[in-house]
Amino acid sequence: MSAHNSQAVERYRNDFLREVEERVEEGQWVKMCMQCGVCAGSCPFGPHWQHSPQKLFMMIRAGKRQEVLSSDSMWMCTSCYNCVVRCPRQLPITHIMHGLASYAHRLGLAPKSQPTREFATMFWNNLAKKGRVNELKLTLALYFKDGLVSGIKTALGMQSIGLGMVKAKRLNPMEILGGHGLKDLKGFHAIIAKAREIEDKKKGLVS
Amino acid sequence: MAKKEYAFYPGCSSQLKASASNYLTSVNSMCKTLDVKLTEIPDWNCCGASIGYAEGGELPRIAINARNFALAETHLPGQDIVATCAACWLGARESKDRLDENSVLMKETNEALAAAGLHYKAEVKVRHMVEVLIEDFGYDELKKPVKKPLEGVKFAGYVGCQTNRPFGIAGESFENPKYLDKMVETLGGEPVESYDQKVTCCGGALAFSEPDKSQKQIRDIVESAYDHGAEMIVTPCPLCQANVEVYQSEINKKQGTKFNMPVLYYSQLMSVAYGGSMKDAGLDGQLIRATRLEEIAKK
Amino acid sequence: MSEMKTAAYICAGCGIGDKLDVAQMEKVAQKEGKMALVRRHDFLCSPEGVALIKGDIENEGVSHVVIAACSRRAKTEAFDFPTVAMSRANLREGVIWIVAEGAEHDEVRQEMAEDYLRMGCAELKKMKLPAGNPNKADNKTILVVGGGMAGMTAALEAAETGYQVVLVEKTGELGGWAAKLWKRVPFRQPYREAQETGVAELAARVGAHPNIKIHLNSVIASTSGAPGRFNVELAQESGATTTLTAGAIIQATGASNYDIARLPELGGGLANVVDQAGLEALAKAANGQPIKRADGREVKSVVFVQCAGQRDEGGAHLSYCSGHCCATSIKQAMYFKDANPAVDTVVMYTDLRVPGMGEDFYRSAQEKGVIFTKGRASGVTAAGDVCKVNFRDLILDEEVSLDADLVVLATGQVPNSGVNIDLADDDPAKAQQVSILNLNYRQGKDLPQLTHGLTDSHFICFPYETRRTGIYAAGPVRRPMDLLQATEDATGAALKAIQAVENANIGRAAHPRVGDLSYPMVRLEGCTQCKRCTVECPFGAIDEDERRFPVFNESRCRRCGTCMGACPVRVISFENYSVDTVGNQIKAVDIPDEFSEKPRILLLACENDAYPALDMAGLAHHTYSAFVRAIPVRCLGSVNTIWITDALNSGYDGVMMMGCKHGENYQCHFVKGSELATYRMSKIDDTLKQLGLEVERVASYEVAITDNARVAALINDYAAKIVEIGMSPMKGFG
Repeated sequence: MSAHNSQAVERYRNDFLREVEERVEEGQWVKMCMQCGVCAGSCPFGPHWQHSPQKLFMMIRAGKRQEVLSSDSMWMCTSCYNCVVRCPRQLPITHIMHGLASYAHRLGLAPKSQPTREFATMFWNNLAKKGRVNELKLTLALYFKDGLVSGIKTALGMQSIGLGMVKAKRLNPMEILGGHGLKDLKGFHAIIAKAREIEDKKKGLVS
Repeated sequence: MAKKEYAFYPGCSSQLKASASNYLTSVNSMCKTLDVKLTEIPDWNCCGASIGYAEGGELPRIAINARNFALAETHLPGQDIVATCAACWLGARESKDRLDENSVLMKETNEALAAAGLHYKAEVKVRHMVEVLIEDFGYDELKKPVKKPLEGVKFAGYVGCQTNRPFGIAGESFENPKYLDKMVETLGGEPVESYDQKVTCCGGALAFSEPDKSQKQIRDIVESAYDHGAEMIVTPCPLCQANVEVYQSEINKKQGTKFNMPVLYYSQLMSVAYGGSMKDAGLDGQLIRATRLEEIAKK
Repeated sequence: MSEMKTAAYICAGCGIGDKLDVAQMEKVAQKEGKMALVRRHDFLCSPEGVALIKGDIENEGVSHVVIAACSRRAKTEAFDFPTVAMSRANLREGVIWIVAEGAEHDEVRQEMAEDYLRMGCAELKKMKLPAGNPNKADNKTILVVGGGMAGMTAALEAAETGYQVVLVEKTGELGGWAAKLWKRVPFRQPYREAQETGVAELAARVGAHPNIKIHLNSVIASTSGAPGRFNVELAQESGATTTLTAGAIIQATGASNYDIARLPELGGGLANVVDQAGLEALAKAANGQPIKRADGREVKSVVFVQCAGQRDEGGAHLSYCSGHCCATSIKQAMYFKDANPAVDTVVMYTDLRVPGMGEDFYRSAQEKGVIFTKGRASGVTAAGDVCKVNFRDLILDEEVSLDADLVVLATGQVPNSGVNIDLADDDPAKAQQVSILNLNYRQGKDLPQLTHGLTDSHFICFPYETRRTGIYAAGPVRRPMDLLQATEDATGAALKAIQAVENANIGRAAHPRVGDLSYPMVRLEGCTQCKRCTVECPFGAIDEDERRFPVFNESRCRRCGTCMGACPVRVISFENYSVDTVGNQIKAVDIPDEFSEKPRILLLACENDAYPALDMAGLAHHTYSAFVRAIPVRCLGSVNTIWITDALNSGYDGVMMMGCKHGENYQCHFVKGSELATYRMSKIDDTLKQLGLEVERVASYEVAITDNARVAALINDYAAKIVEIGMSPMKGFG
């Protein structure tokens, strides 16, 4: 159990709903779900998850903290917003899914080597580094996340696409040397650091 | 027509030699015809995209968007921010809406911006290029400069998710938005109005992390375009464009299909219809060549 | 009325003149219809056309008028001549709009139009201008039974409108269920917080009103009479009696809570399990402070079990939803949250139903932190000092349990409707029931019930009209409802009561044939005392005297004619609607011979739904067979079997009857009319066999007002059927 997690468990004990309301992005909406299930029927990745948003909300109300935070389901969100526009209660379901995933990730409860969790982390780190996304480095990082051998395999498998992109001038092999970046990178980093500090303090994620 | 000026937010994928560089090329050509001046927000940064959520959290994502707003307010006062990328528009607009609604968040965001000597005044408007075309010009105005109507070419208007939900284009429905069809019609092309996958998700960023699940989505999107007699797919979103175009060869390899459906941006159609060359329209940037469109461009 | 002078007016407008030979029709009216005056007009409903008719009435002494133009349902404002008897021949909706286009149909179209004109003339000659019921009754006092929210509201509404009101309440104080509540579900914007009940203020207003007289601790010992002249005897708790008279009665006797003791599986009987009334009592005792249980312990967790003993498909408990309980539980959960937000409140539901603006109230409770769990409680047991609620979580699909200091069972409403008069007299259940109205009507002591002990009439179309004219039901006695609905109900019932007393006062029908001056007349010298009319009257309008002759209470009557249809010796009639007015129309139709290939089909159509559907078939340009001859009837219940046998005897090839849906979800305006007709027609097969005719020659259909395409199809199918079975062998004998 991570330090953040044991702290949260102690603070909220059985009141998981309250924990979600205070610490998860848009978590205050969870109680407003009326259990109609439209979200479940609207998700493009519907066949692939175990817990629909509807179920996750019910589990939160039922205090199933461990099950919710270790669930794979919210990592299946493609951010298509179909559930959001169809929800009769206008719950920002996409954001709640992101929020739950992010919270579980920060507490260290999210499933290990969940591919979207890994990619999402890489993506943020990639953009945070230079202020803009370096597509080549992001792609390479993704291919080589499981080690050199499997990375070479994946890269070889996708070789034709990569070459096609280079030929079409839509992927720049020179990006490996640097690529696009901000002039005021220092300021950009300072903003992220400050924002994170404020948020962590507010959500009790300071160790 | 008076010259219109906007603070331009191209986004990471539209940069030079990035995955949607042909989008940028065609937008520039289109804007030239429409006498639109786009000035890049100086030193703009990434919007964080939707997938940034896990590590980025809430406030950092909002703060980096607010950085762009503050820069636009300072350097391009009075100009609306216009994004071409669906995700950039969504990320920025969402951040702006939340800041407008929540004074606590606003205070915290400005606290973070202060670390870089910036301040967001909440004056700027965030718009998508499609909104600019429809609201500031209108279909009639967009039709006027058409020199080479895209006669006889059938386009499946693939709207996708993020220009459509949760905000969408004013007056359009979430379930069946019509603006791409109307644009195709405006340019003299033939919209495939019965195309039933127009708002299906392509998998988005999960095309990288969950390739099989995403490619099932992409297969549906392409297959339906074929089933309804489309010759090309047209879309407003760089990630949709990339996913639907790039993975066709993968799907062919894995599932024995013979997909070869060009996927274009609306701006490429406009550039060609307005008399632009193949190069102006970024048609040389297609992995799957849009031969019929190239022919029209060469006419 | 003096001498009869007849006149026929044939309109040639709306395409009638183009499609029909009007000159030929004028001859028919003169020679066959024997009309004293025949006129043609190109636009009869225009001011000039109407002036023409009015001029003849005034100057020529015309007393009976046939309008051969559009349907009797059209242009009623123009063709409104209250001083003459009038029939309508339907040439537009009934002929030119429904007969197929083309010259090849000219002959049958003309024949159809001429027949309708003959029928109009024939009917007219048997009609009299109704003079109104001479047994007028002038008592306009409104008696309200029950002093709860509905009763008090009805009393106040009637009193404010200027009527004298007598309010009778069984208990020692006004208020009923509402007085037992700590607060009520919100009925005003923004629908977010429970509101004060306002019962004390309402009771004070009722008590102080100069037009309202209140009898507390009183019940009704007997009720007799009719609208405008009810005689009521009150019995006080003290043993004293009071006699009073009233013009109309509103029964607002409310509902009781379903007995929690019948739900032992859900903990009914345990110390810390209460029903919603029990929780209200605890909330009243707490007076805004944290709610305590009976043992004095403060409640820290509470579970509301919805649908307890309701919506039960097993038959052991109530089968219906009581409508108010979800909102009531939401309100009660808020009692806890408002006094102490830390109290765990769970509302366990299978389907949350919050009618009206309840959705806002529901959201408000969610915002306050009330947890709504979609689950089905399987059992409630005592576990030490708390209750254990076992349930199936219907979202997570698992059996789980929850501990709570207090459990509230949302039991349903059981109407206080008195005696179920449809039960057999020796039924033990009936013996236990206590009558509320103690009517001395032949048909029984209380208002008839349709289902679940609820007084009907029609829940949607005529909500307050019971099957006893002049007696109106308001509030949960007629269907489960909340306080707001009961208040609205009371207002509606008060208006209905006023309508009844006012119409009784001038000898007219109250409803649904509002203002009808005709009324049933009986030729007692021909009566065989068979009692069919008294038994079959859906409205209990007919009593019997000591010699078992029928006694008609005209102001209780709805003028449906079911008695007329029932009478085997045909001694009951209305001045403008009788066995003869219809019989004469049937006989007026020209029946071509057996070899003409022109069958004739009589269509008796209920004027409330089927006839409008036929009109709308015309409006929608559906075509149907020109061999049909439609006659509107007040209700299929008024169809006397003599019409059928006469028609078949005189050579008709078939008879169709179209009436309203009957049974539990009936749509019949006269509740039982179409059902009785169907029953009577089930006996007609023997008659057909005696005549040597196929049973298909008589057919009945249930038709709704929206069935315009269907009625055309039914007619065409039936016409095809007649072709299949062949022409009637009876032609030429009639």
